[in-house]
Amino acid sequence: MTTKRVTLLILAIIVIASPFFFPSNYYYRVGSLIFVNGLAVTGMVILIGYAGQISLGHAGFAGIGGYACALAPVHLGLHPGLAAILGAAISGALAWAVGRPVLRLKGYYLAVATLGLGILVSMVLANEAWLTRGPDGIEVPDLGLNDLLEAVGIDLSNSQFWYFFSGLVLVIGAWVALNLYDSPTGRALRALHGSEIAARTVGIDVARLKLQAFVISAIYASLSGSLLALQNKFITPDVAGFMHSIEMVTMAVLGGVGSVLGAFFGATILTTLPQVLTVFQEYEQILLGLVMMLCMIFMREGLLPSILRALRGKDK
Amino acid sequence: MAELMQFLLSGVTVGAVYALVALGFTIIYNASDVVNFAQGEFVMLGGMITVFAHMAGLPLPLAALIAIAGTAAAGVLLNKLAIEPARGAPVVSLIIITIGASIFIQGVAQLVFDKQLHRFPAFSGDTPIRILGATILPQSLWVLAGAIAVFVGLWAFFTKTLTGRAVLATSNNRLAAQLVGINTNWVMTLSFALSAAIGALAGVLVTPITNISYGVGIAYALKGFAGAMLGGMGSPIGALVGGILLGLIEALTAGYLSSVYKDAAAFVVILVVLFVMPQGLFGRKSTDRV
Repeated sequence: MTTKRVTLLILAIIVIASPFFFPSNYYYRVGSLIFVNGLAVTGMVILIGYAGQISLGHAGFAGIGGYACALAPVHLGLHPGLAAILGAAISGALAWAVGRPVLRLKGYYLAVATLGLGILVSMVLANEAWLTRGPDGIEVPDLGLNDLLEAVGIDLSNSQFWYFFSGLVLVIGAWVALNLYDSPTGRALRALHGSEIAARTVGIDVARLKLQAFVISAIYASLSGSLLALQNKFITPDVAGFMHSIEMVTMAVLGGVGSVLGAFFGATILTTLPQVLTVFQEYEQILLGLVMMLCMIFMREGLLPSILRALRGKDK
Repeated sequence: MAELMQFLLSGVTVGAVYALVALGFTIIYNASDVVNFAQGEFVMLGGMITVFAHMAGLPLPLAALIAIAGTAAAGVLLNKLAIEPARGAPVVSLIIITIGASIFIQGVAQLVFDKQLHRFPAFSGDTPIRILGATILPQSLWVLAGAIAVFVGLWAFFTKTLTGRAVLATSNNRLAAQLVGINTNWVMTLSFALSAAIGALAGVLVTPITNISYGVGIAYALKGFAGAMLGGMGSPIGALVGGILLGLIEALTAGYLSSVYKDAAAFVVILVVLFVMPQGLFGRKSTDRV
């Protein structure tokens, strides 16, 4: 079986089988958070893992996706589901407009330019209170899909519904990302990751491809923001904040940014860690900082590849 | 006119703090090509340690000295424990390491100290000085003097002393520096100590004006970086001018445009600089080797 099928199969099994081990409804909630983060991180895999570019501002796109679901239904009369698509379109357009000049930059410069972009978005969301109601957040209308399912006889609790729905979206997102990996575009992206100049000499339009990866990853982030807003029925500007951007990158790099499964693994760890650590709330920051540093120093390709290699090493 | 003067004075004051942070960035960046996102935590440590040493009964100058020495030690530890083991790691990893360090230091600070806002008395009282219809706090002059003194000190260090030249040589070409007998590991240690001490000094100087708490570091790091980038990464004079310019832009934005978007100014500046002149005001144009 190909990596693609294995990855999709593993993700699907995780989504379907995990609930058998859930002792309470609370676990559905954590599970759907993991899937929501996993979706955003899958976008980071395309940007960082495939194309080799970095962004410290993708939470800005998550903010746009989230606030689209809060605002478009009220002001434009759109269905919340369509609002999420509108948010993705706006995020994609913004990424396209900003990406053209920004993606000429490399390394730290690219990191800081994207960081600035993300912070500007979060500032607008926090300060334009006439529209967004400011730092305290705003409520988001119900998606209505769960009621629809109930009408045809499938009875799920709210957190159960969001668990399976987010899981489904994640699997679809992973499927798209994995297809991209093997497509001509994906190969070209990986080529420019290896060496931009070599890629250019074989006729790859480097600027256009980087822009594509940036736009696609922005759409992933936007959809994850929409999912988060819809399931919480509430959203605050924090979703677009600096820390959320850092979390996205850290999740991706922690698990192993080269593969969708690795990144999902990273999202799982970093989402569950704070839930487990609520007991040690005082130490949460210390531990998060330590995890970030230790992983990057000792396991540079990320946890999953390092673990797999250690296992293979033992087999020999 | 008096209004403009007031904005300029307050802009120069914050700008001087950004300049100090930017100078700290520059030293580490030159020695190691690492952009240290934990730079702002040095400012926080400088202020917080001084506050708590002063509360414990030590006289202010001694408390400040302890804070600067302690922060320098923290800088050395950061280099030894987190940066040196990761040598050769890709930029993404280094960014995450230094941001991780920043979060870690914040976490330790809120545990060891507390989550309150603190300040200590200004060095020469709180009576404002009147200049051209505007006022400036005596402490602002301390901050400005500090930034200029550090800049002059660094200039003398890098051009007049053998050690300073060793640092410059390392930043130009690490391998060649090793070949002529420079201990580049020691140069790295020295750079981190120096950079952390400068950050701590900024924290000590600014605390009487803006107060200090465990979480202020990230903002200083980002603004200092914006200043360094505006001036041109790696250029000390660029860091000084870029930092002060950024402070002025911020103060004028707050005064004439919108006070809530004052913090946005730094990032708009970053974006504009990167698009229009990526090498900054004083930076050299760099070329990639293939």
